[in-house]
Parts: sequence; structure tokens; C-alpha cells
Amino acid sequence: MTALSIKHLWKEYGDQIVLENISLEIAPRSFVALVGASGCGKTTLLRMLLGQEQPTRGQILIDGEPLPPEPGPDRGVVYQRYSVFPHLTVLGNVMLGPEMAGSRFWGRLTGTRKRDLQDRARAMIADVGLAGAEGKYPAQLSGGMQQRLALAQALMMQPRVLLLDEPFGALDPGIRADIHALMQRLWHTLPMTVVMVTHDLREAFTLGTRIIALERTRTRPEEIARYGAQIGKDIAIWPPRVAGGGTIYDNPALRDDPALEDLIAGRPDSIERH
Amino acid sequence: MRLINQQLSPPALLALKLAPFVLLVIAYLAGSAARLADNPADKLLPALSSMATAIDLMAFTPDRRTGDYLLWTDTWASLKRLGAGLGISTAMALVVGVAIGIFPVIRALLGPFVGFVAMVPPLALLPVLFIMLGLGEISKIALIVIGVAPLMIRDMAQRVLDLPREQIVKAETLSANSWLVVWRVVLPQVLPRLIISLRLQLGAAFLFLIAAEAISSDSGLGYRIFLVRRYLSMDIIFPYVAWITFLAAMADYGLDRLRRWLFPWSDMEGGR
Repeated sequence: MTALSIKHLWKEYGDQIVLENISLEIAPRSFVALVGASGCGKTTLLRMLLGQEQPTRGQILIDGEPLPPEPGPDRGVVYQRYSVFPHLTVLGNVMLGPEMAGSRFWGRLTGTRKRDLQDRARAMIADVGLAGAEGKYPAQLSGGMQQRLALAQALMMQPRVLLLDEPFGALDPGIRADIHALMQRLWHTLPMTVVMVTHDLREAFTLGTRIIALERTRTRPEEIARYGAQIGKDIAIWPPRVAGGGTIYDNPALRDDPALEDLIAGRPDSIERH
Repeated sequence: MRLINQQLSPPALLALKLAPFVLLVIAYLAGSAARLADNPADKLLPALSSMATAIDLMAFTPDRRTGDYLLWTDTWASLKRLGAGLGISTAMALVVGVAIGIFPVIRALLGPFVGFVAMVPPLALLPVLFIMLGLGEISKIALIVIGVAPLMIRDMAQRVLDLPREQIVKAETLSANSWLVVWRVVLPQVLPRLIISLRLQLGAAFLFLIAAEAISSDSGLGYRIFLVRRYLSMDIIFPYVAWITFLAAMADYGLDRLRRWLFPWSDMEGGR
């Protein structure tokens, strides 16, 4: 169970302030969708969660510990492009993470360990709907299949946090709906917290438990550089989605969750509790 | 239909590909016949028959003095130098180029330096090499390395820098340390480019080889050409030039086949 805590985070590039005093508590097992206009710093925020960039001020805590200053296996990532390795087959891509974790010099496993990993990788490949494509190279896959592969590759490391940077933005609507269903199933079944950057509000509301909108409050030309984006909207999805459970409408057991009391408070459309 | 959209039938395609070669041969034969008609002793454009005699003399008749078949000993001597020079350059490009591309410390230390060294005109250094390294094999190999390696190193470094940062970060999230990023992600992806880079440098390598052999050697393809030049032996020079060209073209073709065979993914579109 992994909570992320962002405290008074600033990001500046020279004189340009990108993010201004962002504070955010992300509960374990949430699916947070970061939305906002282009250039509002949502990808920058994601990169800081990843460790690819460092905050100028403020800090990020993961389960109360400061975030390491570089990317690591506890935080998986799927980008819109370049997420998979073109020189490895589907099977090779999915096996790469555990191979490197298990063999710190050659990056390859042998014997039983290799066979066990192959079985695990094949199961993961089948799970994301790529069975039969094990021997293909990424260039031979469609965009949707490449993103499925990228998810499988990241999930092999069993990351506590999965970071998605507009992962489905380049896909056709039909393909996107399929991969949304996959993404929901994975989030429900695997113990991970998800943060997704997207510019598609519909996608944000389809998948997220919470929508964070970043926006610049000052937009006059002379102010733009000196004021960064802040959290404009923080919307909890109603009815609340619970990882592994659906919503309180389709899973009555969830209505006994003590946390629900806080969520329901003040809602005009509160459900009757039995 | 616009010229840019023309579709060619396979026979037309083949005919067009062969046309320049055929024209070259015809032009030569016509020129040769015209000159020989004026002066049967002309040496500038020898007839095919005298070239055949020369080839027979060089390739299939033992030399009267040494008993060697000169074309083959020359070829072997040149290919050894070329192979050593290109082998050393390729190894340097792989190690130094990748290190410059991926490690900020090495990039700061060697990047500008290699860029500077690449601008030194290698042939201007040839006298220095002969003086310092002697007239033997080492100075010839060194000339090829100095001429070829800096360019290949820069090409490799740029290739590594061109890899999307996302891939490196992704590898880090898959538990890679610095070495594993190099070993499992960067190296395999730049090896195809290394072969392409080697192909592009073949011409330059031959240039430096022949220049070095022309000045100081006792065997080699370049040595032979510059030796028989004194006797205006075009009947030997032309076959030698054709043979060098053939060797270079075969090396070029062979390296490309090797790349496709080793790295089948490197020609696929949209891979990155």
C-alpha cells in the first residue's frame, strides 16, 4: 500500500516558474488523473514523481520516506512513445526487468530461473492480451499492442506506483476503450497506486478515482513566467471507486467501509445506507 | 504522371541500373580503339587483351624474382593493414563513443577533445607518423586509425545521445544500473549503427591505406599502383583499381548483410 505525499512543491526553469506550491496527498491504491492545458506542468510533475527531474523546492514522500533522486524499480512508467525497446521481442521486453534485477552483471538469467521467468512473462503477456505475439518485435505491433506490451513490461517489476504519461493518447477510440478496460482490471487486481497524465477528460473520468486539474491562475503575458500552475480543481469521483471492488453501487459490501462516511458527507445524491 | 510518381517495371529497372556500367565500358572500348588505331603502342588506354595479359601476369604467374603471385600478396598485405586499422577504430568507437554518449563525466572529458582531434587532417600527420613510428606496418595502421576513429567515435556518441531519454528512464525503472543500461539497452541498439558507420568509413580507410602504401611500402595494392605508374603501365593500374573497388564494394555489401542478419529489427519501420 503506497501513499504519495507532495509537500509545497515548486519547479522553476531559470526564471520560468512552472509549478507553484503544489501540495497533494495521494491515498494508497488511488488512481489519480492529472489533467490540464498544454504546458501547465502536469508532465513535469509526473517526471518529478518518477525521479527523472528534481523539485526546485519542496519534497515528495513515498510512504513517508523522501523520494530517491533517480528513477527506480518501485515506480513503473509507461510513456506515450518510446516505452518499449525496439531491439527486443515481446518476450524479451517483458523479461528484461526481472532479468536485470536477477543478474546484476550480465542482465540475463539461465537454467531454471530463466524458464520460471519465461513462464511468468508468458502469463503476463497473455494477461494483457498479447498471447501469440511473443516472438514479434515492437515495430511489428500496432500502437495499442505496443502500449499493452509497455504495461506488461512495467508490471513485471510489481511497482508500488505506476506512472502513466498520456499512455493512450495516440490510440484510436475503439482500441482505447479496450485498453481502458485492461487498465481498470489491472488497477483492481494489482496492489499499486496509479498516477496518470492525460489531456482527455473523458479518459480521466473513466479511469480515475480522483481528478487533479492543474491550471495557471495568472495568465497576463507579463505574469506568465513569474506565476506557476497550481491545483485548480481536485475532484473525487462520485460514486467512489475502490480498487478491487468497483463502486458502492455494484458492491454493497463497500458501504460498510468506515471511510465512506467522510466521502458521503455533504453529497446531495447520498445513497441510503442499509 | 509526375516524374516523382513513376512506377518502373522490373526489366526497365534492371536496364537502368546496368546502363551506366555498360556505357562506361563502351566509352572505354571506343576510346581505347581510337587511340590504338592512331598509335598501336599507346599505353594510356590499353586494349582488353593487354589488360588480360597483365592480369594473368600479376595474378596467375609467379613473380620471377620472388616466386610470389603479386596480386594476391599485395591484396593480403593491404587487407591486413586495412583490417587492423578498421578493427582498432571500430573497437575504439564502440567503447569511447558509447562512454561519451552515456556518461556525463566522460562526455565532458572527451567530447570536445575528440571533436577537435577529428578536425586534424590525417594526411598532414603522415610524415610525423613515419618519423615517430618508423616505416613499417604500425605507421600505416596508425594513419587509418587517426583518419577513421574520431569520426566513428563522434557518430557513435551522437547515436547514443539520440536514443530517447524515455528508454533510459524506462530501463532504470526496470532496475537497471548504469552498466546494465549500457549492456542491455544502449549497446544492442547502437551496434547496427556501428556497422553502418564502418561502411561509410570504408572509402576513407582505403584512401589512407593507399596514401601510406604509396609513400613507403614494399607490398600492397597502393604500393603496386604507384610502382608501375613509373612505367605508365595502365594495363596493370586499371585492373588494380577495379579490384580495389570490387573489394570495397564487397565489404560494403557484406557488412550490410551482416547487419540485417544480426539485427533483424534494425530495418523495421516505426520501431522507435
